[in-house]
Amino acid sequence: MGALPETVQFPAKESTRVEYGKILAQLGEEYPDIVVLDADLSGSTQTARFAKVFKDRFFNVGISEQDMMGTAAGLALGGKVPFASTFAIFATGRAWEQVRQTIAYSNINVKIVASHGGITVGEDGGSHQSIEDLALMRVLPNMVVLAPADGPETRAMVRWAATYQGPVYIRTSRIPFPVIHADSYTFKPGRGEILREGGDVTLAGLGLMVHQCLAAAELLAEQGIAARVLNLSCLKPLDWQLVVDSARLTGGLVTAEEHSATGGLGSAVSEILAEHFPVPLRRVGLRDTFGMSGKPEELLKHFGLTAEDISKAALTVMARKIRP
Amino acid sequence: MYPISDPKQLEEIARQIRLDIVEMLYRAGSGHVGGSLSATDVLVALFFNHMHLEPGNACCPERDYFVLSKGHAAPVLYAILARLGYIPREELFTLRQFGSNLQGHPDSKCTPGVEVSTGSLGQGLSVANGLALALKMDQRPQRVYTLLGDGEIQEGQIWEAAMTAAHYGLDNLTAILDRNRLQIDGRTREVMSVEPLAAKWEAFGWHTVEVNGHVIPEISDALKSCSQVKGRPSIIIAHTTKGKGVSIFEDQVKFHGVTPTPEEYQQAVKELQSR
Repeated sequence: MGALPETVQFPAKESTRVEYGKILAQLGEEYPDIVVLDADLSGSTQTARFAKVFKDRFFNVGISEQDMMGTAAGLALGGKVPFASTFAIFATGRAWEQVRQTIAYSNINVKIVASHGGITVGEDGGSHQSIEDLALMRVLPNMVVLAPADGPETRAMVRWAATYQGPVYIRTSRIPFPVIHADSYTFKPGRGEILREGGDVTLAGLGLMVHQCLAAAELLAEQGIAARVLNLSCLKPLDWQLVVDSARLTGGLVTAEEHSATGGLGSAVSEILAEHFPVPLRRVGLRDTFGMSGKPEELLKHFGLTAEDISKAALTVMARKIRP
Repeated sequence: MYPISDPKQLEEIARQIRLDIVEMLYRAGSGHVGGSLSATDVLVALFFNHMHLEPGNACCPERDYFVLSKGHAAPVLYAILARLGYIPREELFTLRQFGSNLQGHPDSKCTPGVEVSTGSLGQGLSVANGLALALKMDQRPQRVYTLLGDGEIQEGQIWEAAMTAAHYGLDNLTAILDRNRLQIDGRTREVMSVEPLAAKWEAFGWHTVEVNGHVIPEISDALKSCSQVKGRPSIIIAHTTKGKGVSIFEDQVKFHGVTPTPEEYQQAVKELQSR
């Protein structure tokens, strides 16, 4: 356990997809080999920011996500560093087998940065809300799977991915949410992050659920409960040691993700705990259900993904803790 | 000397490669004989007469690129890579065995000369497009080649990629379609019609040529003419016979993915040796 990172408490909101678009355009200046592909969603995924500056290094393949993944692989084999973007549901669902066969199986240097992860897509409804992408990418050998907790982490992850050799999946979100990291934040692959110390229970989140975990820790503090909060934005490879250490320290965990409770962070943490240090666990996530239309806040509430839900889950875990 | 221009010499290489294919598959006990033999002449013309390659150096930076989109024809590719000195010849007979560098379908992580792993059909043309785009961006003169199966083009991704290649004017790309008219479940016209083939590719904006896929000089001429085309990708529809070169395998649906019995193997070797 290191020193707590320098954090800034909720001064502003940023959208991770917008920050992706911005940093990508900046990295385009620094790395002439970066090329970008999109499948007719460049306004939404924010790759249009890159396309505007680097017209000759941007390839719109039209509405053909499967072809996009293969084309990206070919560009990588030709020495380029391709970033391929579309909505998470299409990148990981429509093109899953292309990602598996052509990119992951060959271990080709393609970066897939998919926007519109989770239910906070909102009004477009369940067809466009990806609640499976993390699970679908996590099962692939060679694939690194990331879900940034805010704007600074998005910028740091994309910057890291640009020089890392190998396939990477990064999930961004449609809506803006609070910034929790300082601008100076640097991403360490395979490492989780302790955002708040506490010995009674651990709240572990990724993506926009990280700030919800911090808010949940505040709610618990009002009841005299000290929660440790983890940012597990690097889902694969997951910080195994940090999960086990936290289980040992606090005796119980809650995972929180804007994703199916099956297959994503909740499953990954369960696997580690079951094998190495079993303690009570609650998984906050979608329980065998698809999303639906609505405002993001309404949906988070409906599906039990708020700070209140996380704090309630923490109380359940604490009640189940095995006392010596 | 490479490249080889004497048609007789190329035909002799094709005969030896067919012998290698039969031997490899007989020893492996599984694998795809029909689609390997149908593509042999096309690939011999491509690799030994036409492509810019450096024998003995699979990673030569100036090489032309080849993507075997119909990955189940791995045996013919492996036999060619061995003749080019990219893999040891004795390794051919480890095909499909535990621990072998020659996986059942091409694996770029294991086999020098395999640019990308294939086997799940319909994906190679997109990769070829990406390579062609990268070469064009860097104004590199090399070309990209890919071999498609006629059953394979039933995959929708092929047509996505067909649009992409034409849209980006990939005149440094030549696809070859192994039109052997059979697929696992039967004749393409019975399983899923693919005709009119030439009209389809032309409608997608491709320069389209049809050849007899077993006449090496005809294939070589087509490859040369396609290299001269400007502004659009080319496809050579190579009319072939599945199982070509061994009478009992020819045009037989069964020999898509079934390897010969000892008697069939003996007959195949005898036929190929006496040619």
